Order: sequence, then structure tokens, then C-alpha cells
Amino acid sequence: MSKYQVNDKGYYGPFGGAYIPEMLYPNVEELQAQYLKIMEDSSFKEEFEQLLKDYVGRPSPLYPAKRLSERYGANIFLKREDLNHTGAHKINNTIGQILLAERLGKKRIIAETGAGQHGVATATVCALKGLECVVYMGEIDIQRQAPNVARMKMMGATVVAAQSGSKTLKDATNEALRDWINNPVDTHYIIGSVVGPHPYPDMVARFQSIISAETKKQLLEKTGRETPDIVMACVGGGSNAAGMFYHFLDDEDVKIIAVEAAGHGVNSGESAATTALGQEGVLHGSRSILMQTEDGQVIEPYSISAGLDYPGIGPQHAWLFKSGRGEYVSATDDEAMQAGLLLTQLEGIIPAIESSHALAHLEKMSFKGDETVVICLSGRGDKDLDNYMKYFNL
Amino acid sequence: MQLNKHTNGLLSIYFTAGYPTLDSTVTIAKALEDAGVDFLEIGFPYSDPVADGPTIQHASEEALKNGMTLKVLFEQLKDLRKHVTIPVFLMGYVNPVLQFGVENFCKACKEVGVNGTIIPDLPMYEYEELYKGTFEENGISNIFLVTPQTSEERIRKIDALSTSFIYLLSSNAITGKNLEVKDQSEAYFKRIKDMDLQNPFIIGFGIHDKNTFSKATTYANGAIVGTAFVKLLAEENYLEKIPEFIGSFK
Repeated sequence: MSKYQVNDKGYYGPFGGAYIPEMLYPNVEELQAQYLKIMEDSSFKEEFEQLLKDYVGRPSPLYPAKRLSERYGANIFLKREDLNHTGAHKINNTIGQILLAERLGKKRIIAETGAGQHGVATATVCALKGLECVVYMGEIDIQRQAPNVARMKMMGATVVAAQSGSKTLKDATNEALRDWINNPVDTHYIIGSVVGPHPYPDMVARFQSIISAETKKQLLEKTGRETPDIVMACVGGGSNAAGMFYHFLDDEDVKIIAVEAAGHGVNSGESAATTALGQEGVLHGSRSILMQTEDGQVIEPYSISAGLDYPGIGPQHAWLFKSGRGEYVSATDDEAMQAGLLLTQLEGIIPAIESSHALAHLEKMSFKGDETVVICLSGRGDKDLDNYMKYFNL
Repeated sequence: MQLNKHTNGLLSIYFTAGYPTLDSTVTIAKALEDAGVDFLEIGFPYSDPVADGPTIQHASEEALKNGMTLKVLFEQLKDLRKHVTIPVFLMGYVNPVLQFGVENFCKACKEVGVNGTIIPDLPMYEYEELYKGTFEENGISNIFLVTPQTSEERIRKIDALSTSFIYLLSSNAITGKNLEVKDQSEAYFKRIKDMDLQNPFIIGFGIHDKNTFSKATTYANGAIVGTAFVKLLAEENYLEKIPEFIGSFK
């Protein structure tokens, strides 16, 4: 058993667990007991793989970014999750979880969403399977992300405004948990990131691990080696990073770099750089690292990227950070926006602002010239055009 | 007052510390004792109360705005036992307790005379593995919740681990959903009563009037009123209205 994977008690080192009220215990216990059995079942695997191929469009390309490589003096590959159906890596997880929910006999799906990418990915698979779908979204995010709200509605989902607290992702997650408490029997909660009570962080990481599984094969074909020198990804809750790192965790020769959102600067008071600013604590069902006051109240994060605007990180990331296995760094709004523009101009790819954070770290690295670097391009920038337009006065 | 399995008809009230004003905590506690309440749950607020409905969410938010923290609360409760003699339980989410330090928290509870704690998102496994010893050393009872979905095996385990009472949720729901007294919930209450647990059990969530209180206490040793009382605290002259409010349940 890898020391970086979850143990039989649901922990990654000191992080993880299932810190949930008793009302959620039967649901979570059912998942804990069933998720591996279901995922390892051959009919599940077959359907999952088929849908990833025919519906999502996998495998996603591993693109050797020539001009970006020249610019930085390294062999940079982009894992093109942005080319997936619905525009991001999120669909890998929602496909997996909808198949799981079906096998658990659930009739109703709930989800939380920030910018709307996970909400859209959930509404998509619910349409695909004909299941009722309710997506909780902060009232403020509903206003900021009108096109994604429209997409969800077109697919038949009900979008419910979370009106508590700061009316953003954290509060949407609270509302989804409340819904699950009130509907314990027929409802499955599709969490969008590697957060939440055990087994969610492990389950979501397993569904996203297709990213690194494909990367290994593709790298072997392209370079003759299965492993890169460095893998990089952005981290909000951390699901694309968890998938990008998954099959490289035990190979200590592979350097792992996770890039958090520093907003206006780590110490500006407007940031989402959890590992830099947070302490150990419990949020949304697991023990991890989160941004909080001395009294244990959760602090509202800030980032220009709605997908990274979360005050915690998944428990596996907390463990990779604390154990020193991963290097956790951050990029500001400005650094990310410039990196997004640079990729657009060098490679003709408009990245999601989330993914731009990972790209931004290249500026701060120095290379000998022959290193192989894989960056997870977790999503496409269509949803961010408004932001890019405002930022660059386009 | 004796909290044991032979007492009946106990009325308990939940309210949020620091709401409606920062220093209202002990005044409300004393008024509740004077009005004849049998024991209290004082909530310490949290920014992300996932098991609570809008009323208690709002009270928590206001309490935090008023400046309530665990540190402030224990300061306020220093003279608690000069004014209040009935059992007092602190209720809240686990993260503020972790930041305060579990050992410091238990010691502070002991010092001010708090009898026990209800921490809904501290699961039984983690409590047993990590914190039970600290709670016991300080004589603090931790209360566990039971829902209609909790298995008999788990209820037995909870009963063995409990030293004060078991908090029976009237339904699988967040706080503030009025209990509809249906045959279904009565069957559930009866099922628990017939288990003949060693601890008393008290029903909470949805208890909001004489009818629901009396249904609950037909089976349980007592019942807890939370949201309905927190709503009263939003009214003008709430202190004067407490005796009438409490009187309406019995």
C-alpha cells in the first residue's frame, strides 16, 4: 500500500477521516462499503471506459508544446483535459459517480458548484442517465456565471441558489450537505473535488487517475520513458492535481508541483493559497488544511479563478504537502492571467484561468534544458472569456 | 434534576451563545432555569453549520458578528454556576474545538461547570480513538446522536460509550424542520424505547409546541427545543416572554 494513498481507516497520514454528523453516517458508510467493490466490478469498468472513450473523447492528447518548451528551455507536455466533453477534467469524475449512483439504486443526484464546471458536468451525466439533478450554487456565482447556469438548466437540472454565508462555493457545499441530510435514502451527492468525508477524496482521485494513467502510456510512446521529471497542476480542492499526480506518487524521482491561487498576493488578505495561509482543521467532512481564524471560523478565500476559490484542499494534498512529497506553491491573479495569454499566443490554446495558475509557475522555475515536464491543462478558457476581456481590455 | 433513565418529561432548551447580543448568554440561561427548564444546550457558533437550518444558521452568523468565540464564551461562563444550577451542555461543530485544543476545551468545560458536549461532526470512531481519554479525565460527557437510520448495533455501541444521555433525532433532517408526528416517527421512538438502553434518551429536532413535546416525551425521557426558542430570541423583550414560552410546553 502506498504511503501516499488512503489507509483502511480513511486517512492520509493525519488527514482525512469522515467528520460528518450522524445523519450522514448511513450514506457515507454505504459508500465506504461499496465504492471499491463497484469500481472493481468488470461491468462497471467496461461501461466507465466506454463512456470515457465514446462520450468524453478520451484519451485526451498529451501535447508536446514546442514553442512553450523553447521559451522555458524544457520539454513541456500539456495533458489536454480541456479537450474533454464539457471542457474540463470534471467529467471524468461525474461519469464515474453517476455509474456508481446507478448501481447503488439512487434516483436523485445533488451537487455543489462554484464556477459551474462541476455543475455542468453533473447535469450532463444526469441528462445522459435520465436522473433528477439538483445543483447548489452560490447566489453570487449564479450571477457571475450565467452561461453555465443556462447550460445546466438546458440539461434539465434545477439550480438552487445558496443564500447562506458568503453565497459562494463553500456555502453551496454546505447547502448540498444539508440537502443530503434531509434526503438520506434516494439521493447521491456527487462531490466535485477530492474533498469531503472518506471515501470521497479517494473515490474522486481514482476517477481522475485516468489522467496520469494515460500520461504514462503517452509519454512512453513519445519519449521512450514512462515518467516525466516534473508533473504540475493547479489546486483548488485539488481533483485535477490528484489525477495528474496519482500514478507518479510512489516514484520519488518524479517531482510534484501543485500551484495554488494567491489571488492579489499571499499576504494581501485576498488569497486562496491554503497551504501558505491555513492550519490543520476540519471542513466539509475531512481533516485537512484550511484557511481559518484563531477561533476556527473558516475564512473566505479570494481568487480571480472561481474554480480555485476554496478555503481548503483535499486531505491527500494536505498529506503530500506536510510529508514533503509535493511542492506547494502559488501564483497570483496577475501571474495567471499573463500565463494564460502567453499560452494563447505561443500555442493557440486558451486555457481556463485555473489551469493558467499551473502554467504561471513556469516563470519561477529554472531548467537545465532536458527535463520533461507534464502540466495538466485542466480546462479550457471559453468560460473565462469575460474575465480575460475585462483584464486585458479586449 | 437527575438525568437518568427513570426521569420523565424533561424539557431542554438550545440557544446560541452571543445571540441576540454578545453578553446575553448567561442572562438567557438564568431566565430559562427560572422558567422551569430542566437542562440547557448552549451553542457555540461556527461559520459553516451544515446540520442547521436557516434560523440557527442566522443566529450563528449574528453571534460571530457580535464577536462570540470559544474564548469569549468560557470567559462569560466563569460565573455560570453562581447563577445556573441545572445541567449545561455545550453544542457546536468540531473545528472551533480543534483550534481551541481538545484538552484545553475539556479543561475549560470542567472549570466553568459545564456537564458535557454535543459535537455533531465529531464521529464516534475519532472520539474513541483520539479524544475519549481527555473527555473522561475531565469528567465531560460527550453526547452522541441517533437518527431513524442508525442501526441497532451502532445504537448499542453509542449506549455503551455514553455517560449522560443519548440525543435522538426525531427525523433525518437539519434543525428547524417541524416534526410531523406520524405513525412512522412514533414507531421509531417506540423501537428505541423498547431497546431498554442504559442511558436516558432525549428527542430533539422539530420539537416546537406542546403537541410535539408531549408526543416525544411519551417515549423519551425528555425533549429539546432549539429553533422555536431561537426564533423567540429575535423578538423584542424576549426575556419577559421566556416564562410564557416555556409554560406553553408543559
